[in-house]
Amino acid sequence: MSSTYLRLELLRMFRNRRFFIFSLGFPIVLYYLIAGPNKGNDDLGGSGISAPVYYMIGLVAFGAMTAVLSAGARISAERSTGWNRQLRITPLTTREYFRTKVLTGYAAACATIVVMYVAGATLGVSLPALDWLEMTGLILVGLVPFAAGAIAMGHLVPVDSIGPAMGGTTAILAFLGGTWFPITGDGVFATVAKLLPSYWLVQASHVGLGGAAWGRTGWLVVAAWTVGMTALAFRAYRRDTNRV
Amino acid sequence: MRTEVAPAREAVGGIRLAALAKTFQSPQGPVRAVRGIDLDIAPGETVALLGPNGAGKSTTIEMLLGLTRPDAGTVSVFGLPPEGAVDAGTVGAMLQTGSLIRDLSVRELVTMNASLYPEPLKVDDALELAGIASLAGRRTQKLSGGETQRTRFAVAIVADPELLVLDEPTVAMDVESRRAFWTAMRAFVAREKTVVFATHYLEEADAYADRVVLMATGAIVADGPPTEIKAMVGSRRIRATLPGADRALLAALPGVTEVDLRGEAIVLICSDSDAALRALLDASPAVRDIEVTGAGLEEAFVQLTHEEPAAEAA
Repeated sequence: MSSTYLRLELLRMFRNRRFFIFSLGFPIVLYYLIAGPNKGNDDLGGSGISAPVYYMIGLVAFGAMTAVLSAGARISAERSTGWNRQLRITPLTTREYFRTKVLTGYAAACATIVVMYVAGATLGVSLPALDWLEMTGLILVGLVPFAAGAIAMGHLVPVDSIGPAMGGTTAILAFLGGTWFPITGDGVFATVAKLLPSYWLVQASHVGLGGAAWGRTGWLVVAAWTVGMTALAFRAYRRDTNRV
Repeated sequence: MRTEVAPAREAVGGIRLAALAKTFQSPQGPVRAVRGIDLDIAPGETVALLGPNGAGKSTTIEMLLGLTRPDAGTVSVFGLPPEGAVDAGTVGAMLQTGSLIRDLSVRELVTMNASLYPEPLKVDDALELAGIASLAGRRTQKLSGGETQRTRFAVAIVADPELLVLDEPTVAMDVESRRAFWTAMRAFVAREKTVVFATHYLEEADAYADRVVLMATGAIVADGPPTEIKAMVGSRRIRATLPGADRALLAALPGVTEVDLRGEAIVLICSDSDAALRALLDASPAVRDIEVTGAGLEEAFVQLTHEEPAAEAA
């Protein structure tokens, strides 16, 4: 019974022009603008990774963050129009509602990932099959705290400010996470970056360098953000039972 | 404040609100939206909650649906607490505010809602009942106000609910849309469902309900068949100029229920304005500038609540 709900939610998302512009169009255009001129750079900023691979994952991180966080924007919009209350008087459970929203966000993220991988291939990115898989796996896991954060923001932020809130969050996290340039060394900037979930999304590009792309710190940071954001999401949802 | 779970749904028919109360905090201090109301509704009844804005209709409906938790009292819907009845899929509702989600056709939207219920109507049947079969393929963001309301109605009835709740469904509709809406509503009621609808139009309550529950300032002030309620609130007002009017004399006129003197101006609230006017002209030939108007619901409510100020307080 919930598969119809999920199917129609996906249909809604793919019919929405903004989805194509922000989750697919932006990352592709930026990718060709940034990585294109640096196509021959095999060691971007001392990261040991070629520019096309580095920016491919950097922009996957950017696009997928946008895609998953947009689930929060949809929740916020449904609250403001009263659709959320209409759903509360159906047998749909909260769990199913959130699962549908998260899966919809993930579907959008997957579309971004595929499109960016294709874009990467056109700039000569070529990796062993296992590396592609590991990279994709790490990105999907790294998106979990963003999915929980999206639910929290959807319930905490009113619809008129959710656009700037999401855009600002994505821009800052992408910048500090290393989407635009590799973060190296061990200065304050790098230390802060390593505490952010977006940094570890971008770090997924380190597969194939030998050794684990994340290491213990990476898994710990992602796990901590997941726990924190999930707790916040539950609190935000519980608080939000009255009239909107 | 969860209500007790009663046994089997079949065993306890109908809807019961007992000593239900809700107070909201506002910057101006607490607002007692609902002040301890008791209401029993039998299965198959169509009940109108009639009252002006601020009467507590919406708050009552929200508590009936489990969207707002009461401060005191209990709600039972076919023997279940409201959340239980909602989870069982026995309730369908059209809330007062709310637009539709975009990027779906009318048929897709109704299908989406149908998929959430255990035993929904066929989507085509719901569209037919709501009178929007011809709009099935249109995107929800391209509907007019009246079409949106009828789509929301289809969303509510596709659940095939035992209890249908409508909160001011025709507000902001033009006459044409309103008529189409109530035609759709009648088609659904013919299926022996229980219906509770809130309205502030006396004519709607009169035309479509078996029973009218009159609410004002958070309390039930009257409860009965539409004809009875209509007689109570359908009063008229005679306004005229009469120097040196005698209050006692005016109050004794046939059909007059209340007298108000403001200098030379007199205001008579009448249950039978024809009889009152004839008698007034006979008794006081000096009367001039006579105006007869419908007293209006708001005024009738004020009157009714003033008559029994403490009776319904929690």
